[in-house]
Amino acid sequence: MVKLENREALKNLRNSLQTKFQESKKKLISLCAGSGCGAYGTTKVHEKLMAELAEQGLENEVEVKLSGCHGFCEKGPIMVIHPEGIFYPQVQEQHIPEIVEHTVKNGELVKSLIFKDPATKKKITHEKDVPFYKLQKRIIFGNNGIIDPTNIQDYLSVGGYAALEKALFDMSPEKIIDEVKESGLRGRGGGGFSTGIKWASCRKHEGERYVICNADEGDPGAYMDRSLLEGNPHSVLEGMIIGAFAIGSNEGYVYVRHEYPLAVKNFSMALESARELGLLGKNILGIGFDFDIFISRGGGAFVCGESTALMASLEGNPGLPRAKYIHTVEKGFRQNPSLLNNVETWANVPVIVNNGADWYASIGTEGSKGTKIFSLVGKVMNTGLVEVPMGTSLRTIIFDIGGGILKKKKFKAVQTGGPSGGCIPEKHLDLGIDFDELTKVGSMMGSGGMIVMDQDTCMVDISRYFIEFLKDESCGQCNPCREGLKQMLDVLNRICEGNGREGDIELLEELGGMLQKFSLCGLGTSAPNPVLSTIRYFRDEYVAHIKDKKCQAGVCKPLFYYEIDPELCNGCTLCAKRCPEEAITGKKKEPHELNQDKCIKCGICYEVCKFNAVAIR
Amino acid sequence: MEHFVEIDWQKVDEIIEKYNGNREALLMIMQDISDIYNYVPPDVVPVLVNKLGVRESLVYRVATFYKTISLEPRGKYIVNVCTGTACHVRGADKIMDALEEHLNIKEGQTTDDLLFTLQGVRCVGCCASGPVITVNQKTHGGLDRASALETVKFYDQCVS
Ligand SMILES: Cc1cc2nc3c(=O)[nH]c(=O)nc-3n(C[C@H](O)[C@H](O)[C@H](O)COP(=O)(O)O)c2cc1C
Ligand code: SF4
Ligand code: SF4
Ligand code: SF4
Ligand code: FES
Ligand code: FES
Repeated sequence: MVKLENREALKNLRNSLQTKFQESKKKLISLCAGSGCGAYGTTKVHEKLMAELAEQGLENEVEVKLSGCHGFCEKGPIMVIHPEGIFYPQVQEQHIPEIVEHTVKNGELVKSLIFKDPATKKKITHEKDVPFYKLQKRIIFGNNGIIDPTNIQDYLSVGGYAALEKALFDMSPEKIIDEVKESGLRGRGGGGFSTGIKWASCRKHEGERYVICNADEGDPGAYMDRSLLEGNPHSVLEGMIIGAFAIGSNEGYVYVRHEYPLAVKNFSMALESARELGLLGKNILGIGFDFDIFISRGGGAFVCGESTALMASLEGNPGLPRAKYIHTVEKGFRQNPSLLNNVETWANVPVIVNNGADWYASIGTEGSKGTKIFSLVGKVMNTGLVEVPMGTSLRTIIFDIGGGILKKKKFKAVQTGGPSGGCIPEKHLDLGIDFDELTKVGSMMGSGGMIVMDQDTCMVDISRYFIEFLKDESCGQCNPCREGLKQMLDVLNRICEGNGREGDIELLEELGGMLQKFSLCGLGTSAPNPVLSTIRYFRDEYVAHIKDKKCQAGVCKPLFYYEIDPELCNGCTLCAKRCPEEAITGKKKEPHELNQDKCIKCGICYEVCKFNAVAIR
Repeated sequence: MEHFVEIDWQKVDEIIEKYNGNREALLMIMQDISDIYNYVPPDVVPVLVNKLGVRESLVYRVATFYKTISLEPRGKYIVNVCTGTACHVRGADKIMDALEEHLNIKEGQTTDDLLFTLQGVRCVGCCASGPVITVNQKTHGGLDRASALETVKFYDQCVS
């Protein structure tokens, strides 16, 4: 690739690639190579596809693209055949000959592979008609399924780096910052702070300024940042270059988790090719602006997502947060003014610059503009990444896009905001979610994790789970968090073990209040949220655990037992065959019996019985 | 049991070189070393102290602070069971139980033959495919007890 020396060169290259892309009549197979699909075997499918195409002499007529995450990872590996947009989920090696023979060669559908909507049982042939996608608005995530993330030309062919061009040549740094401010964009990493205001305040401070991308993605259950870095790294990169130009910075860092090897790889490639084209490095596009970005890999510590800890970690030290009397926009990385934004925040920047603040601000709610990518996971039918305008209701996301709860079970709660978020019960399902509404009901936006829980999830166990997680992740620097979390965990453990005492709920509330007030960093101050929100909405469950010694969800082993309901059991024998302890006996077609003394409460019988005959008591 | 590894000092030098001996890269250097030996052999520590010009205490503080670094030998195959929230509600603990039983070790331990290390990790970013485990860098999704055991047994066969 030739280095682009000026605006004209960039414009010409982009225009020619865009035209080529739009006019291409070639069949295009887009196969998802994101991490989710990878876990279901994309590599093998790809190898087989290439071999089959070669064998049929089609390798020059069909283009195969390994794309990033399409969002519907649960149904991976995902294949979409363009121009028609034919959608094949869960493609395996053995399906390839049929696909090539029928769909690629003759334009016919392979009936057995067509997607069947699990909610309506309807067959759906085109990607755009799949309910999971239909109700989404994918302004950030949309190109993921179309482009090859390792090829910068692909990004240019969908209009990439047009925003950078506009920002560098048609806007002043002040104008860019104003535009971001007016767009109403708020940080997607958790706090929801106004991005424009943060930029303006960083620009004000003198020193060697840095721009940093927070790709630590500590929130377990959320993976939109991973998917953006893997699937559309240039969109994040473009945002960062614009940010650097706006605040006057020459050096940037991406702090990404070591556990995300593909994100590291794809982003590194993006950096290389941007350097080759002259979009990074010295004298970018001939305007005398120097900027480059480096990758730093984190080491699996949740607290390193916190801004001051992240910067300590970037400096090669243990990631310990510090008190923020002085903000990082003034003194951050290497004691210099540092602008930290989340991956998704950065990816919003080119969209805002391209379309203008007014357009952007027309999407969303009064206080939260634009779209948000949620990671819809847990006990929901369609799991994956969902991008919707701010203000979309939880019900729409979980039931219309997500297709409702798995196995027709009953919805209990949805957990948002990561380990320090809260659990939202059914009565708030019609809530239009944005930063402020989520806070009002005792949860928060966090980075957009949305974990759906059903009747089999115990709310006491879930809050115990989060407190255990946070206790492990606490850096231990300050007393309230270190000792407080340990105390809270002790109390929750004893409740789950059946030794809960009168007054334990109040004790948890008191400890929680102390953590909120006196912890040094955001980890400690928000840590009690899962406990407090479950006490607020599911107090009954706590009481049942403490007073009646019962766990109705069948999770806390000392607090329940399984029993076979003779009325419902038809003696199919399945449970008896599967029980690892031979605890179930009975004759075929007669009600079975479960021997409590032998049972280890592994739950296999409960899962396998198709007649709901295994009951939790 | 004592374990000795033959350290390839030239490789270690190359890694340090790759980061221009920058002390800010201490963690990444240790991660790269870890990628070769599955842990950071303590013999490497004085070399890091020397070449990066950092204190020994810093090396140990960094090595113990971050979960991706271990100063103890780990197995040839590092099995990470995701215990992140999405996997947790879909039964990750049952997978951990099954693997603990199969490998006859507890979470965080390594088998005596140094073949497997079993760890819990907080999320590997494949949450829609949960429950998920990773073996070294490869991710396996949509698991239940049986398929998780099968996956691990597969690696077992790879060596025997
Ligand atoms: C304990 C803790 C963990 C955090 N983890 C992350 C994270 O993984 N990713 C992220 O972008 N922000 C995380 N944050 C928020 C960051 O501190 C910071 O607010 C954010 O990266 C700023 O970017 P934004 O304004 O674009 O959201 C975390 C905060 C705390 C207190
Ligand atoms: S609140 Fe917790 S994580 Fe934050 S500094 Fe204190 S001990 Fe460390
Ligand atoms: S819970 Fe497990 S051990 Fe108990 S009866 Fe059912 S299958 Fe057997
Ligand atoms: S699986 Fe259900 S119906 Fe069949 S024998 Fe067991 S309890 Fe009865
Ligand atoms: S990884 Fe393929 S759809 Fe998400
Ligand atoms: S919660 Fe298991 S991969 Fe994210």
